[in-house]
This record gives sequence, structure tokens and C-alpha cells, in this order.
Amino acid sequence: MSPNMTSKDAADVVIIGAGQAGGTAASTLRMFGFEGSIMLVGEEADPPYQRPPLSKAYLKGEMDRERLYIKPAEYYAEHDIVLKLGEAAQAIDTDAKTVTLVSGGTISYGKLIIATGSRARMVPVLGADLEGVQVLRTLADVDLLKPRVEEGKSLVVIGAGYIGLEAAAAARQLGLEVTVLEAADRVLGRVTSPEISKFYQNEHAAQGVDVRLNARMSEFVGGDGKLTGVKMDDGSVIPADIALVGIGILPNQEIASDAGIVCENGIKTDENACTSDKDVYAIGDCAGRPLAHYGRDGRLESVHNALEQAKLAVAAIVGKPQPKLEAPWFWSDQYDLKLQTAGLLTGYMQAVVRGDTEARKFAVWYLDENGVFLAVDAINSPPDFLCGKKLVGQGAKLDASVLRDPDTDIKQLTKDALAG
Amino acid sequence: MTKIIYVEYDGTEHEVDAKNGISVMEAAIANDVPGIDADCGGACACATCHVYVQDDFMAKVGEANDMEKSMLDFADGVEANSRLSCQITVNDELSGMRVKMPESQG
Repeated sequence: MSPNMTSKDAADVVIIGAGQAGGTAASTLRMFGFEGSIMLVGEEADPPYQRPPLSKAYLKGEMDRERLYIKPAEYYAEHDIVLKLGEAAQAIDTDAKTVTLVSGGTISYGKLIIATGSRARMVPVLGADLEGVQVLRTLADVDLLKPRVEEGKSLVVIGAGYIGLEAAAAARQLGLEVTVLEAADRVLGRVTSPEISKFYQNEHAAQGVDVRLNARMSEFVGGDGKLTGVKMDDGSVIPADIALVGIGILPNQEIASDAGIVCENGIKTDENACTSDKDVYAIGDCAGRPLAHYGRDGRLESVHNALEQAKLAVAAIVGKPQPKLEAPWFWSDQYDLKLQTAGLLTGYMQAVVRGDTEARKFAVWYLDENGVFLAVDAINSPPDFLCGKKLVGQGAKLDASVLRDPDTDIKQLTKDALAG
Repeated sequence: MTKIIYVEYDGTEHEVDAKNGISVMEAAIANDVPGIDADCGGACACATCHVYVQDDFMAKVGEANDMEKSMLDFADGVEANSRLSCQITVNDELSGMRVKMPESQG
């Protein structure tokens, strides 16, 4: 029987999407002693792998492909997990409890976990289909990008978010000419404060990256189907061998909304990662969730979120107690700078700089209008990150002048704040 | 392959044949050893792969770098033999090493 012919498959737990969230859900089920059948369906060719290194160590050639894999390739068969790669889910029927695949097959589920992730947005301009214009989201994307990233070549990055800036840093370290185009008036505008934006803008400039703010591109230009440059709205052209578009991602929620599952910003889930259908869970980038530390719903795009929601869904399915919720956290590696963020800074009123920006070792602490701690961005400063991580959601009131004081023992301050 | 023995906080032991060249954290994850979270996948960004290294192997696992030391300083339950297992590379010298996990990674 051909594996692609229409056949009726079934599993007690079916997971659609074999990224960091889906892969972790499958292995966590087995770790938690689940003995039912598990089927993990993924659109990509590789088994579940870590995405963060794609724009960092892996792009720079410092990490082998196999080390990206969350589990060795043979793990799934050894643990009786049916791994269907190169297969995308097309539709869900919540009444029949089935998933239809693009290739035509149908899979029956007892419980379904949607872990379909997100897709990179593309700029809607002429020339986006030229060879050399691409996004950076999957291993396949990096496989296209890596051979082109060579010393002396020109890279134009569109969008100064984490992905764009990490790729810019990696490319610069590999000896490329790098230009970063950002439509807003600062880099990292969507994710951090002006203080941190300014710091990264200066760092990239010092490394020889041409960072252009308020920059508007109009089209990609090329010849023989290949990119040669990026045309700006003033008519000027920046020569480019590669254009990398990093302007954000969109949650892959349509498969759920088409099935009548409630979606807002992402597939809406409760504290157990369960959707509006009691037999369907949604985890990772594609899912919105209650943010327990902040008393509101939100959608997080992070490894922490993918892993935590995978564990929440699995705990609910096997009837184990929920794991303790961690503070949302993020990291970014650029050059020799490690940025670690604990918490969400939305709605902050005070940004308190602690440490020495000149020494490239400092943190920005974010407080709300009452001085209550919200989040911290720590650059080459793990103590600030780890203390901040403990304080998220604790309602701790901090004094800006004490925080700013270099003589303040941050560990003691954290202990006192947690005790008081 | 190098034999590493992981000991959970409750004393449960896991003997693993680890591939040389990968980290002690990666070998644990590949073999479903509980008690090592390693959220960041080895980027030295999260301090959730904390282990206590058997004393007579401390010299063999090498020195922690500044970033690791700084991360460890703020982890819970830190001892003189604490290390982040993502920063220890498996090699023949480590054969038979026992590492213990703390009560929690946080």
C-alpha cells in the first residue's frame, strides 16, 4: 500500500505540527507514562528541531544539523511515536474527530493537539519571487540562505526585529556587507524600549552594518530571475545578493477557525491549553493563552511558551497536575551580546537603567505607574535576568533610585521584594 | 560513547551511553532523563540544566566561563560542584561520571 494513498489512520493523540511545541508534546506524553498511540504529523522534512539557532549558531556554521534536532531521529520509532513528515494537515472535523491531510489521508483522533506554528510575513512588493529574496523561519529557508552567505556578498535585511538583527550580526561576522532597513524610527520597536533599541542600533553601526531607520523599500530588482538590489521609495537602489525579510510572523490558526474553533489573536486556549473544543488543544506560536502573571490573554512567540504549553496540554490529557507556570522569557544572541528578557514590558511607565551601557553589561528594568515590576531586559548581565524572572507576576514594588544604584545588591533586593 | 550516570533528586539513576562531542545536557535530553529542562537548548541562556558534578570529575569537566558562573550564582541550591550541563562536553575522560540534579531547575 502506498503511504500516500487515502487510508484511514488513527491515534489516541494526534499532533499536527512537528516543531518545538509539537515535538515536545509527543516526547512529554511518553515521559509522563502515556501508553496510548501517538501520531506526530509535520509539514517539514526534518524531525522536530530547535528554531532559535537558525539565525544564530547554525547560520554561522557553528552547529551541526543533527544537534538542532530536539531528539535523535531514531527516538520516535523507539518510543512508538508515529512520525509523519512532509505531510501537512488540511482540515479538522471536530464532530467526526478526524484530520484530513493535504495528501488525501484521514486520521482519527481521540485528542488533537494543534501545533501548527506560524509563518513569516512577506513584503507585498514586486520582485518578491526573485531568487535571493527570502525569509528565515525553517531549516529549508536556512539551507537556501547558507550557501549564499559568503564573504564579500551583500545582504539587505528588511525589518529590524530579533530575526533580522541576529541574521545581520551573523552575516557581518562572516564578512558580508550588511544593510538593515527598518520602517519604524527605531530597531526592535515592537519588542523593547527605546533605551535598548538605541543600544543595538549603535552596536550594529559600530560593527559596520548600515542601519537605516524610517526606510521604505518599493521593490526588489533583478535580472534573469535573480535579485540584484532593493529599490527604495526615493528611487535609489541598494545592491544586494540576498534580501532577508524579517517583518514578523502570522499564527497558522486558519485550520482551527475553519473548523469552528474559536480564534482571536491565535487559537484561543484556556489555562490547560485546551481550545473551545474539549478534545482539541493548541500550543506554541499558533495559540493565544491566558498570561497568568499579567491577568490578560496574549500570544507569545517563544521557546518558553512552546515548551510550557506542550507540558500544559500533555498534563491535562494524561491527568497529571499542571506544571508551575514560568515567567515569559526570551533571549537573543548578537555578536558577543546576550540579551535575556524576563517578563512582558507592555504598559510600562518607567525604564530604569542599571549597570554600565559603555561596558556593554547592563539591564533595563521596567516598572508600571505604581512602581510595580513588569519586566527586565538584561544585556550580558544574567543576575538581572534571573532576579527579574523570579519577580515576574509577584506584584513587587521597586524603587527606581535603589535599582539604579550600582551598590545595590540585586540578589538581596530580589529576596526582600519577594519576602515583603 | 561514554557512560554518564544521571541521578535524580529522589535518587533514581539513569545510565546513559553518551556520544562524545555533545553536551552532558544534550545526552540527558536525547535519553529522556527527567530533571534537566534545558529550555534554551544549550545557549547558556536559561540556567535550567543545573547539575552537581561528582567531585573527582570536577577537574576533568573544565572551568566554567564567566557567563556560566554568573548564571549559576543565581540558580537555586548552588554548591561548589554546580555546573550547567549544557557547558560540559562529553569525552572519554568523563567515563563513569555521576551527575546529580537539584530539587528544581529555577
